Amino acid sequence: MFAEEAAGEAAHAAAGWFLEHAWLIPVIPAVAFFLIIFFGKKMPKGGSEFGILSMVASLVIAAGTAYQWIDWSHHSEEPIIKSITWWESGGLKFGIGQHIDGLAVMALLLVSFISTLVQIYSTEYVRGDRRYTHFFASLTLFSAGMLSMVLAPNMVQFILGWEIMGLCSFMLIGHWWEEEANSRAALKAFFTVRTGDMGLLVGTAMLLAIFGTLDIGGEGGINHLAANGEFDSKNMLMWAAIALFIACIGKSGQFPLHTWLPDAMAGPTPVSSLLHSSTMVVAGVFLVARLYPVFHTGLDINIAGQHFNFIAVIGGITILIAAALAFVQNDIKKVLAYSTVSQLGYMMMGLGVGAWMPAVFHIFTHAFFKCCLFLCAGSIAHTGSHHSFDMKTDMGGLRKKMPITFWTWIVSTLALCGVPFFSGFFSKDEIIDSAKHNHYTVFGIIGLIGAFMTAAYMTRATYLTFFGKPRGGAAHFVEGHEDHSHDEAADEVHHDVDGLDTHLHPVHAAHDDHGHAPVQHGKPLPFAPSDSPWQITVPLLILGVLAIFSGYLNAAPFKWHWFEHWLESSMGLPFGEEPGMIPEPPTFSWAAAAPSIILVALGITLSWLISKKVFGEEKNGLQGLTQRNALLGAGHKFLVNKYYLDALYEGVIVKAIAHPIARAAYWVNQHVLDGVVNAVGIGGRRTGEWVYRNVDQRVVDGAVNGSGATARGAGGVLQPVQSGKVSMYGALLFGAAAVFALVLVLVNS
Amino acid sequence: MLINQFLLLGALLFCMGVYGVLTRKNAVMVLLSIELILNSVNINLLAFDAMNGGSDGNVFALYIIAVAAAEVGVGLAMVLLIYRNRKSISLDDLSEMKG
Amino acid sequence: MMLASDIQVAQNIGFGIIALMMILAGVGVIASRNVVHAALSLVVVMAGAAAQYVLLKAEFVAVTQVLVYIGAVMVLFLFGVMLTRAQLGKDADLNNKNAVVAAPVALLLFGVLAYVLIDGFADEKIAATTGGGAQPQDTAVISDLIFKPYLLPFWALSFVLLAAVIGAIVLARKD
Repeated sequence: MFAEEAAGEAAHAAAGWFLEHAWLIPVIPAVAFFLIIFFGKKMPKGGSEFGILSMVASLVIAAGTAYQWIDWSHHSEEPIIKSITWWESGGLKFGIGQHIDGLAVMALLLVSFISTLVQIYSTEYVRGDRRYTHFFASLTLFSAGMLSMVLAPNMVQFILGWEIMGLCSFMLIGHWWEEEANSRAALKAFFTVRTGDMGLLVGTAMLLAIFGTLDIGGEGGINHLAANGEFDSKNMLMWAAIALFIACIGKSGQFPLHTWLPDAMAGPTPVSSLLHSSTMVVAGVFLVARLYPVFHTGLDINIAGQHFNFIAVIGGITILIAAALAFVQNDIKKVLAYSTVSQLGYMMMGLGVGAWMPAVFHIFTHAFFKCCLFLCAGSIAHTGSHHSFDMKTDMGGLRKKMPITFWTWIVSTLALCGVPFFSGFFSKDEIIDSAKHNHYTVFGIIGLIGAFMTAAYMTRATYLTFFGKPRGGAAHFVEGHEDHSHDEAADEVHHDVDGLDTHLHPVHAAHDDHGHAPVQHGKPLPFAPSDSPWQITVPLLILGVLAIFSGYLNAAPFKWHWFEHWLESSMGLPFGEEPGMIPEPPTFSWAAAAPSIILVALGITLSWLISKKVFGEEKNGLQGLTQRNALLGAGHKFLVNKYYLDALYEGVIVKAIAHPIARAAYWVNQHVLDGVVNAVGIGGRRTGEWVYRNVDQRVVDGAVNGSGATARGAGGVLQPVQSGKVSMYGALLFGAAAVFALVLVLVNS
Repeated sequence: MLINQFLLLGALLFCMGVYGVLTRKNAVMVLLSIELILNSVNINLLAFDAMNGGSDGNVFALYIIAVAAAEVGVGLAMVLLIYRNRKSISLDDLSEMKG
Repeated sequence: MMLASDIQVAQNIGFGIIALMMILAGVGVIASRNVVHAALSLVVVMAGAAAQYVLLKAEFVAVTQVLVYIGAVMVLFLFGVMLTRAQLGKDADLNNKNAVVAAPVALLLFGVLAYVLIDGFADEKIAATTGGGAQPQDTAVISDLIFKPYLLPFWALSFVLLAAVIGAIVLARKD
């Protein structure tokens, strides 16, 4: 390993400081986590200083790393791998360190950037929260975990980061665990992802068995060996790929383990925007992208004649069912959650059809506009709808009063729908195009349908939120207060401070309620006086700009392929047409893109019209349609109940498996374990009593008393010698003398 | 004359004296028995002197007589004292050292 | 060839009679029920002893025995008997219960002594002198021995006697 490192060092001699020290990126937030835990409560801003500073530091280093990687990639394709041996066992070394290549750099930059913005956003959003410090600690730990995962040089560190993220997700979803719905949602998220994580462990073990190493990159790494076919059993590689993909299904919310993501919206909005839209949920996609040779070779992706494979099928199904469910949601965050699931389906499908570059680029662009959408939702709740996320009861007509929020929402929605010249167009359309080009026509069609549905449900959500007549909380906001300083009088009248009020808005199952005391809100930007404070709107603006312009890094129409150049070396497989190679992305043509553009336009228009009719003021035939028509009503009910999947999982599977196990375990505990313990206790006591009676009282005391009695007896026997009579003493004396004399005589004779 | 006859006589008297010391109750009788012992010792000494021809035994016998006289004097004084205090010189009664 | 002078018949007969007398008197000392009888038996024993001393040619010691022992000591004893109000006449209660122990002891002692003596001095004789008998002990020789080699014991003895006298007075005086 020394020679390897030395050679590596020599090769990296020209690599810059940032590339060599990129491992600091996760270390700084990790240190900040501990600082927040220990000192956060004493800090003037409750520990958020450490969080934000650490994220900014990571961002700076990530930016430096990106810059130096771009430089590096001009002349070398080698990733910069450094690792120190953490633990050695039976000849296997488990290292901890960094693996810096294009994919890692992109993810590092993305995660640190989004984390920084979200943390700044959170200082305003969770201001006054009862667990402010812990919130920032968890956010920082999450960032540390994800950052350490994306630059992991081997599967062990990867899994470490994966698990830390899962833990933080649990902690953050259940941030307001006093409400049972929130803690249930957190548990559901954790257990569902855990179910998938079995696949991760099994898959990793299989990879170790196949390749004998857990290193991802480098000459002897898994990717290289898989790409060159240096393994024994293709079958086993396929099963390893399937096992790993099961973990991705759980983590990235693919069908059938997608049920946790919408429920995860119970967490605070910054959590939803950071974890459950842009960064954590793409960890599954990242895994597939990172170990792509394993999947590509194992599942025979792009082998001539293949039209379906496991990853693409799952991705495709996910796209459709999630998009369908987004239509029947009243909670704005749930709409965005299902949208996220759907977009993750796109990414997976892209990877499944061999469109590695578009899929990874979609991770990149999706992060910006989805995060922006979630932050907008949070902004609305914070300022416009009195902490409510229900579009039907508490939103509407907010576009005039919240211009920044409105325009960034619009921009991000257009990017999400894939409207040309916004970022989503360059990434999502590439996926659809590649699917068709790589002979996975079915998935191309699925992608198109998905695009239509995306446009439609987002338009519905937009209409409900920003157009029409203001309702409920929005009505209060639009008609009432100019500034949003919650003073005491206002609080008593309008809203319950703890957010547990039921008469103002309907009881939401999993609801982002603020648990805070009335506080002064921050200052909004000067050109939007009624919008949210600047800590909220500035991140929105930044993300909105990126939602437009991030796509131009890989704009196929203009033949700008910088992104591709920088990440090409991370694919693990070369471009080409032969088996074992990834097909080149198709050259862009407006004609090929036309179907999707048309469908998007159609979706937006139709949805607008229908929304206006259904949610508008005048009575018309479309309103209440689902209640009147039996078929539509049944379909609606089916969708509202999320295809009864939740009922299946919790009611049937969990109950059948877990409850008997729990009962059996309880029985074992009460009868076997407690029985043993009690028996031991009773046995010990009986033994003690027996010992006391027989050994202590009889034997020991008997011996003691006996010796005393013996002594007394002996004394009594010998007492007559001391008669006090001189004649007796004399007799003894002379007797002894006589005996001695006798003895003497006998001895000497 | 055999030396043994004198020596055996002495031994006999000695043993009789021992018996008397052990048996007699009266303190004065005990002292008498002690005198018997002393006399037997004297006989021994003088017999050996006669056999060996020296005179040391004679001197020793004289000394014994003198000592015996002194001893009897003191002994009887003590007996008198005991009699005065206890009104009894029966050795059976003088068992204060009984343990 | 054994001459009559070798056997010393007269001395042996004399010895025998006196010895018998002494033994009987000794028994009287230790077994008599009368205190005064016991004391007087002792006188007989002492007289017999004096006669034996003469046979052993220790005339000075014999005379001293009579003078001191019989003359002084025995008188002292009788005085003691008188002063302690001993029962004059028969006294049944004169022996304690120790006879059981004492007799065996005394017998054992005599047995051992007899065995040793017979074993040791089997046939040794007291040498006869011309004129029949042992060599007389010269009084001058005795006095020489007393005042020369055994002077120190003599002085010690005189101190003992002095102490005894003073002690006896101190002990016995009525104050």
